Amino acid sequence: MLSKGLKRKREDELEKETLAVDAWWLGPRPPAVAQAPPAVASSSLFDLSVLKLHHSLRQSEPDLRHLVLVVNTLRRIQASMAPEAPLSPVPSPPPAPGAAADSLLASSDAALSASMASLLEDLSHIEGLSQAPQPLVDEGPPGRPTSGAPPSLGALDLLGPATGCLLDDELEGLFEDIDTSMYDSELWAPASEGVKPGPEAGPGKEETLELDEAELDYLLDVLVGTQALERPPGPGR
Amino acid sequence: MAGAGGGNDIQWCFSQVKGAIDDDVAEADIISTVEFNHSGELLATGDKGGRVVIFQQEQENKIQSHSRGEYNVYSTFQSHEPEFDYLKSLEIEEKINKIRWLPQKNAAQFLLSTNDKTIKLWKISERDKRPEGYNLKEEDGRYRDPTTVTTLRVPVFRPMDLMVEASPRRIFANAHTYHINSISINSDYETYLSADDLRINLWHLEITDRSFNIVDIKPANMEELTEVITAAEFHPNSCNTFVYSSSKGTIRLCDMRASALCDRHSKLFEEPEDPSNRSFFSEIISSISDVKFSHSGRYMMTRDYLSVKIWDLNMENRPVETYQVHEYLRSKLCSLYENDCIFDKFECCWNGSDSVVMTGSYNNFFRMFDRNTKRDITLEASRENNKPRTVLKPRKVCASGKRKKDEISVDSLDFNKKILHTAWHPKENIIAVATTNNLYIFQDKVN
Repeated sequence: MLSKGLKRKREDELEKETLAVDAWWLGPRPPAVAQAPPAVASSSLFDLSVLKLHHSLRQSEPDLRHLVLVVNTLRRIQASMAPEAPLSPVPSPPPAPGAAADSLLASSDAALSASMASLLEDLSHIEGLSQAPQPLVDEGPPGRPTSGAPPSLGALDLLGPATGCLLDDELEGLFEDIDTSMYDSELWAPASEGVKPGPEAGPGKEETLELDEAELDYLLDVLVGTQALERPPGPGR
Repeated sequence: MAGAGGGNDIQWCFSQVKGAIDDDVAEADIISTVEFNHSGELLATGDKGGRVVIFQQEQENKIQSHSRGEYNVYSTFQSHEPEFDYLKSLEIEEKINKIRWLPQKNAAQFLLSTNDKTIKLWKISERDKRPEGYNLKEEDGRYRDPTTVTTLRVPVFRPMDLMVEASPRRIFANAHTYHINSISINSDYETYLSADDLRINLWHLEITDRSFNIVDIKPANMEELTEVITAAEFHPNSCNTFVYSSSKGTIRLCDMRASALCDRHSKLFEEPEDPSNRSFFSEIISSISDVKFSHSGRYMMTRDYLSVKIWDLNMENRPVETYQVHEYLRSKLCSLYENDCIFDKFECCWNGSDSVVMTGSYNNFFRMFDRNTKRDITLEASRENNKPRTVLKPRKVCASGKRKKDEISVDSLDFNKKILHTAWHPKENIIAVATTNNLYIFQDKVN
């Protein structure tokens, strides 16, 4: 699907087929005539954009221009697919402990990458990217993208304002498999979940626990400090 | 006189082609930048392997004046090496993104070359004589016992085979977090700017340990990032003025006298979107890939995916001229998005008299637009036309309907053969056009 442009054969049948495929995206019309695109994008275009975002983020150092353009295009497509729901801003990533350690050493783009990654995660939770994209025939006849919408389109409606809420609800779920005994202290659980009692431990273990808490404080300070550093300093630097 | 016209007035002829003949392209040989120096005598190319190759025009043969001097290799050197950023665990590409020549002040030539992170000032100097006649050494090169040296012999310079040496004189490093896309030398010839995706820095050519940040568009919260800097250039005459373009199709003109940090522009150039052409790809195709001032300094030219626009610096709300490079691709945007071609960054250039502009396209086609006659022409850089003084035949792409003889249909275009980099001699009608790994030089027909 993501094949690089290849020289096509000069065959009329192939030309017609190509033109037809191209026309499918934008509705039935002669290729030379410019026409307004359909109000709602197909979910295939959405999937393609998400795949591109994935691919871009997987690079060791993403091309920022490519990334920004794909994200903006994705937002446009997303907005057109859920027109009633106002576009929610990209949610801020939860400070997962694993990511905290990485961000100490990572570039200042950790926040960008993390937020893009969390956006992807939300999209994949809802879209179910693991399943194969719908074949063309399921998308309905060309020129009428609003009818015969694929089943996943319904799920995308959740993407609007619900994204933020979804994240909050799933906050616990994200941490399910992480041993939280280290972090069970008042400092680390600001939510109303309540402080879980620390495990019963001998003096040696208590000491270790205190050390770990000190480490956590340090981690948190650095995180906050990194965020502060990322703000541009005043003029005349 | 350069710039008689790009349409029927000039007949472009093949002159030379540089680079490997076979189609098997080595990644390192991919040409990434092309630039004539201020006199046009030297032509520099940079490639993905971090090398710079400089060609020199040979002195015109007075007897055989049916063609201008040929360009031959003058110097080749490794400008940048791949580096490893240990802190971020990232490899820094050695690909040369841009080369800019300094005006010549003495016998030596100077140029700036840059990869994603580091800019280097190179001195290219000639050595055509060497001192000979020392009596301090034996025949085998060992130094003689000083007590045996009884005469003072002054060495004499004798001619030798020309040797061209390139040496790095300054290395400007560690000033860019993001990828450098542009460098531009100021008209004061003392300072220059370098631009990455989010910041523009001002340097003094003599000082490598400091640079001033003059533009910073990085948001406090990176999640709010929606726009990046794509190109920047100093005004050719006003040393306080520069422009930078963005991925959203805007150009900002800044005056360094206004404030130290030029985050507030003096002028904002933007054309309102044509509602009949709106699509999901509108933003991507509006992203400006190159911005170039005219030699006069009165106009600037921008290149976006489908067009070239000429702006009058006194008019911000729309360009004064727009030229369609390959409008037939507008209906193919989705396929081009799919194969990433929609993200290709084409450059553009002016001729010496600012009357003709040139830019590249796909299928090894390149286009010229004559601003006076309003005629345009499409030519092809191909080894099929490689007999010297062969006049290039204009090409035509058939957008739809019945394809005429000699026309090429849109679907037959080879999107792997892209001409991203072109350069025009500052004084004559000589152009350098880079295909993937070959450099073509074309001249106008001299009768």
